[in-house]
Amino acid sequence: MKNAFIGSPIERREDLRFLRGRGEYLDDLLPDGLVYAVILRSSVAHGRIVAIDTAAALKIPGVHAVITAKDMPPTPPIVPMRLQPLPEFKPFEQPVIAHDKVRYVGEPMAVVIADSVAIGEDALDVIEVQIESLPAVADWHVAHEDKSLLFEGAGTNRSLTFNAVRGDADAAFKNAPYVRRETLRTGRHYGLTMEPRGVMAEWDAANGRLTVSGAAKVPFFNRRILAKQIGLAEDSIEMIENDVGGGFGARGEFYPEDFLIPFAARHLNRPVKWTEDRRENLMAMNHARQAEVDVEIACERDGTIIALRGHAHVDMGAYMRTNGAVGARNIAQFMAGPYRIPDVKLDVSLWMTNKTPVGTYRGPGRFETDFFRERLFDIVAEDLRLDRVEFRRKNLIALAEMPYQIATISPYVHEDAYDSGDYRQTLDRCLKEANWTEKAKLQGALVDGRYHGLAVGCFIEGGAAGPKEMARLEINDDGSISVYMGSSAVGQGVETVFAQIAADALEIPMDRIKWVHHGSTAYVSDGYGAYHSRSIVMGGSALLDAANNFKAALGEEAAKRLGCNASDIALGEDKVIGPGGKSLPLSDFAGLTREGAFLNKKHTYSYGAQVAHVAVDPKTGHVALIDYVVVQDAGRIINPLTLKGQVIGSLVQGLGGAFLEDLVYDAEGQLLTGSLADYLLPTASDFPNLRAFVMDEHPSPINPLGAKGAGEGGMVGAGGVIANAVASALQSFKPDLRELPLTPTRVWEMAQKR
Amino acid sequence: MPTNFEVNGKPVSVNVEARMTLADCLRHHLRLTGTHVGCEHGVCGACTVIVDGYAVRSCLMLTAQAEGTKVVTVEGLSNDEALTPLQASFRKHHALQCGFCTPGMITTAHALLSEEPDCDADRVREVLSGNLCRCTGYISIVEAVLDARSAYKKP
Repeated sequence: MKNAFIGSPIERREDLRFLRGRGEYLDDLLPDGLVYAVILRSSVAHGRIVAIDTAAALKIPGVHAVITAKDMPPTPPIVPMRLQPLPEFKPFEQPVIAHDKVRYVGEPMAVVIADSVAIGEDALDVIEVQIESLPAVADWHVAHEDKSLLFEGAGTNRSLTFNAVRGDADAAFKNAPYVRRETLRTGRHYGLTMEPRGVMAEWDAANGRLTVSGAAKVPFFNRRILAKQIGLAEDSIEMIENDVGGGFGARGEFYPEDFLIPFAARHLNRPVKWTEDRRENLMAMNHARQAEVDVEIACERDGTIIALRGHAHVDMGAYMRTNGAVGARNIAQFMAGPYRIPDVKLDVSLWMTNKTPVGTYRGPGRFETDFFRERLFDIVAEDLRLDRVEFRRKNLIALAEMPYQIATISPYVHEDAYDSGDYRQTLDRCLKEANWTEKAKLQGALVDGRYHGLAVGCFIEGGAAGPKEMARLEINDDGSISVYMGSSAVGQGVETVFAQIAADALEIPMDRIKWVHHGSTAYVSDGYGAYHSRSIVMGGSALLDAANNFKAALGEEAAKRLGCNASDIALGEDKVIGPGGKSLPLSDFAGLTREGAFLNKKHTYSYGAQVAHVAVDPKTGHVALIDYVVVQDAGRIINPLTLKGQVIGSLVQGLGGAFLEDLVYDAEGQLLTGSLADYLLPTASDFPNLRAFVMDEHPSPINPLGAKGAGEGGMVGAGGVIANAVASALQSFKPDLRELPLTPTRVWEMAQKR
Repeated sequence: MPTNFEVNGKPVSVNVEARMTLADCLRHHLRLTGTHVGCEHGVCGACTVIVDGYAVRSCLMLTAQAEGTKVVTVEGLSNDEALTPLQASFRKHHALQCGFCTPGMITTAHALLSEEPDCDADRVREVLSGNLCRCTGYISIVEAVLDARSAYKKP
């Protein structure tokens, strides 16, 4: 390829509209005749619905309808599992609207359709609901007792236990010279997007067609679900992706509202829009992360790890829905991380509780399990009086061991292997950039009233979920080219990176790629979306295939018209050129289009290391981040500007989880952190000293680009590295640090007792 | 409730319910959808507009309170031809990803730099700490604002 857009820090094309306030997000849409949906949500965590009286609400002028489960006889449709659709999960799936029981605060019970959101909210206030309260299951410990059951028919609050196995851990533990066992916990977080969720549906009764705006992440999957639920053919539904204000795994999954709003539009034969408010968002968007592990490690005295075994418990919330099992599975499969642990046996139990259901959040399971592992490693290194860097270096999987088979998960058997990489190289680079050797002298030192601490951790990040992605190229009337992708945009800059890849593949200037269309079901014959850091690997590789098919078709067509062989045709900037300089403008071929696909079942694993340097104020519990360095190898860098943006952006989300974010419930299942004044996010003044270094030394062998998914790595390592840095700083207090987030209160308490 | 004010240099007259916020009025009545609503309780800053020179949360201000004021939204800080120096600096530093918080960042930064073109990094961070961004981690936003200071300095 002649062009070198791939690898260049190209400024993003989507910025031109976003910076001028010209993006078009869901709530910006205002079609004629639009009415608004607002949702009545349960204020009780666990109870039986006795009655819902909507009569008073229906009398309010401007209220068009109040929809409840009674409008969906005999029972409302169920939100199915998208990933790991195991039969074991069936009894725990969510109806789109509560009909017999409510199981979490925030569960939809009724939908009001009104002329304005304000009128709709007035109506919510006069709907009379009678709920017979049942004892709340507030966490996995209560769930484990199986006294109060969320699903009586299932007979248990445990929906499943995953097992991750490699070798024979129990045998390896028998003669181990050193063993250590710990219990560790992470808080409950969520992939808060700055744009709240929203859905708008328009029903064309004459043609039996449904148009749904606000699609994100996986529009093709969601269309399949909706078509089945609502009784339409898939091609009678068009899902439209608008500009999307953040994804992070949470946005774009199929939620109850993704059925309720299209149902309402068809019911009333009018366009209906629902935009979530922030309080709703905190209690209705997927939660994530909350887990506890009882884990045991066996080592040689020289620090060589022999085996890892244990049992983790994940607080799943009230229902199993769409991708909810992914985090739990990842905790088991990736606890060993980038390290060589020959024998592994980890069980992960999924417990149903009266909280908002769980789904994936950037680095699902990985943030949790990296904290468990890296914290355990520092405890072990201290026990064995080993240098914590050498302990890690000794146990990192070496270049020569690639591809490296990891623990196999069952049920829903999943075997996997790390694809490529030199993990020690990123560790060494990270230590160098962080000036570790010099700074390590500060460990535990009290300087001007603050205790300094440093820590290092290594991580891997999975990407490139299959099985397939599709792309299409088409010549526009003016001779420029449009790219159509099955991938979705959630703010990560796919319009720019796909234009880079397409322009390089066609060897034309980037501005000839006029549009990159993505995320709507009309653009390609099938699409798989944006999750598991898959867009560049899967979409980009599909785009290379589409470019090959496109060039071949264009060559054949041009050869016909110019009376020569296809092999004699060259693609110019805006024309095709045949023998003897004869040419035809590309606009003569307007409408010529070809699709391409990439099929793949293997995963990419980007990897890296992180170093934190903190200073802890024992008087306030405040932790200042003096320096934080992330080094990540992404196989092949398409755009270093956007890649660094992903690394730093995901890191700060991880720091939020390490220090600030926690969805707190009381024993009655009431959410206590129901505003942004309670659920704290990092701000511009919290973490000013962050540095990212990106590398592409070891391309992935599993895709033609050599790229690896790299949108989550910064986050994956953050919890463990921060915990160890704070523990190092406070080492003279022998801190009992086994839980995240490290709120000022927790840190202050650790700094009080010696 | 009839209210008269100026938006992006043009006089406007609206007649909206007394309970309508300025954010909803700008977005739904005047169709200036560049101003985004992210929390409706004054924490996230996405809805920030400039009222008589001050950066203000339009979700916490009623339309009626805008009577007689001069309101500037992100649309009023933009032109068709090229990005402004502040916008170009955001683009150069990759100071936005999903773009949802961006209008609030632009209006807040513009109000700051108009008053304090010599502000330092700590001051920029302090002022921007009232605007939440979930994508960038803020490092690039602070760099972009610092880099744009020269455009605001009086010759």
